[in-house]
Amino acid sequence: MSKTAPKTYISSGHSGCAGCCDAFAAKFTLMGSGPDTIIVNPTGCLEVMSTPFPNSSWQVPWIHSLFENAGAVASGVEAALKALGKKNNTKVIAIGGDGSTMDIGIGALSGAFERGHDFTYVCMDNEAYMNTGIQRSSGTPYDASTTTSPAGKVSFGNPRPKKDMPAIMAAHGSPYVATTSIGFPRDMMRKVKKATEIVGPTYIHAHAPCTTGWGFDTSKTLEIAKLAVETCLWPMYEMENGEITQVRKVKDPRPVEEYLKTQKRFKHLFTMEGGDEEIKKIQAAADWNIKHFGLQ
Amino acid sequence: MIDPAYKKKMVVVEGSYAVAHSAKICRPNVISAYPITPQTHIVEDLSQFMADGEIPNCEYINVESEFSAISALIGASAVGARTYSATTSQGLLLMHEALFNTSGMRLPIIMTVANRAVGAPINIWNDHQDAIAQRDTGWLQLYVEDVQEAADTLPQIYKIAEDNEIMLPGMVCMDGFILSHVYEPVVLLEQELTDAFLPAFQPENILDPLDPKTFGAFAAPDTYEEFRYLQEQAMQKALPKIEAVAKEFEEVFGRFHGGLIDGYMLDDAEIIVMSMGSILGTVKDVVDEYRARGEKIGVLKVRSFRPFPKEQVKEAIKNAHAVVVLDKNISIGTNEGALFTETKSCLYNSNVRVPVTGYTVGHGGRDIRAESIAKVIEETKKVAKSGIAVESRFLDLKEELL
Repeated sequence: MSKTAPKTYISSGHSGCAGCCDAFAAKFTLMGSGPDTIIVNPTGCLEVMSTPFPNSSWQVPWIHSLFENAGAVASGVEAALKALGKKNNTKVIAIGGDGSTMDIGIGALSGAFERGHDFTYVCMDNEAYMNTGIQRSSGTPYDASTTTSPAGKVSFGNPRPKKDMPAIMAAHGSPYVATTSIGFPRDMMRKVKKATEIVGPTYIHAHAPCTTGWGFDTSKTLEIAKLAVETCLWPMYEMENGEITQVRKVKDPRPVEEYLKTQKRFKHLFTMEGGDEEIKKIQAAADWNIKHFGLQ
Repeated sequence: MIDPAYKKKMVVVEGSYAVAHSAKICRPNVISAYPITPQTHIVEDLSQFMADGEIPNCEYINVESEFSAISALIGASAVGARTYSATTSQGLLLMHEALFNTSGMRLPIIMTVANRAVGAPINIWNDHQDAIAQRDTGWLQLYVEDVQEAADTLPQIYKIAEDNEIMLPGMVCMDGFILSHVYEPVVLLEQELTDAFLPAFQPENILDPLDPKTFGAFAAPDTYEEFRYLQEQAMQKALPKIEAVAKEFEEVFGRFHGGLIDGYMLDDAEIIVMSMGSILGTVKDVVDEYRARGEKIGVLKVRSFRPFPKEQVKEAIKNAHAVVVLDKNISIGTNEGALFTETKSCLYNSNVRVPVTGYTVGHGGRDIRAESIAKVIEETKKVAKSGIAVESRFLDLKEELL
């Protein structure tokens, strides 16, 4: 980060892997929101690596309760601040992984958004259950090999595309839903800041490549995050009151192979018979993104 | 004979209303609840109080599940809010994971549990299986006998739970329908008296951006055990506190429902019937009949199941010839109710040698009739005379249905 970069409020010294995506996501989130923030963090790598009692990396108030209840805990934090006359400008941010957000915690999150609590939810999407050993989630992309959707003699890996979580959150009537990527720190900080300044439940979905789970060198986290955007597999856009209002253009989209070949989780697509056809399907998904979101 | 001046203060209200009113008077900051029979009237009454602007500085969160009801209160309590919820049965079971979380984080969240059976088979009527299944979650559990006690125990349990030396969550367990839906004459809690009795919630640790703290950290084997030890210590500190708070309540309000336990015709009792909750009313009626005939039967009400008052129970039953425990729950696989097991357990390494037998009763709301209680007492008299023939059994089993 340059000298002019905003201060962050999560200390180094945590036990995250080298090149950890969650550490980046948390750092950029707090750089966007500032110190007047209360963090709600469901169970996951970020919680484990940042708070081994009696130590904590958090320089803002932070609470972890359970895996599937961050939406509800954040609702209670916000309600209590209001009831006690302490809300003022304090920002309430829940930050969780794809599993706690899109799978086990979606009920609590849906309830919190429907009720209209004034908070921001940040999903750090590293596309599988990394904390427990790289099992498939509803955020796992098509054909990714995970420990519970392994590629094998008769399988190309995960058989389903990612759940369209931002659309689900927008459908709740959220005033602001945005996708971002840890490969674009300033974009992420800007969107977090904007989300926290808008009154009501706002949602940021941050793509977050995991060195351990995806199988790439620890120095490549941000590079691979950028490649996902440049291949149009991860479109970056903002939605205000359900309408797309801003899209990050990709002038010359790169072929998806460039992204896929960097990661062990897609390695089988380059060695198995029929892998070419699978890569074509993934390219078609990127092409659909280009058309649907007007990325070019 | 009720003092006429006191009688004048009494109003006839539904049990749920008395509880909701009491919750309101305790000045909660965040209420979060999900409707479930037979708890519904409590949360409906609270919702109406909110709609009428009668609960100042309070937010009511209409959550999408009981799991979120308790989870929202975890967040709220950590910010320093006084919190309240009410639930029962399946709803309480759905909270199970978060109940451990609440006590582990030492958040003094308070709930009323309108006790109800659990499915399958689905059943909406009263027994204690729901709350008893939560006995190891680290929550204080006080079981009440009537509507007045259900209302009066709320400010008491807030005072106990929020004590900085204790900081444990607590549930007031009242029998679903039998107490939640009955209309009884009660004195509704007075705001001024309650304010004098129950101080504002002032926790030492809160989520505050000006003084950032970490709640719910990860504890490895080198630190985890001490968290559990400290919870147990807090429970032990709650034992005298429950007694003291019940006495303070009596000084302020003039009503006493027992501390950890309460006795009825206990002093010279040769046969003691032990139980928890509204069944005690029926038991006392039956005991009155025995006493009228000169038989020395007494009643031991256990008000606090967690913490379990081992010393007080031992002391109360030590001179009896036989004790019988009525449990509205069963630990399947032991053929025993929980109060029975606990009672036997606290006698084992002591010099109190009283035969104790148990009955699991009233499952799924089955009526417990005076005749059945009398039958239990007759059986217990036989135990006093000639020892235990059957240690624990179901009461009023319909053999023809088996």
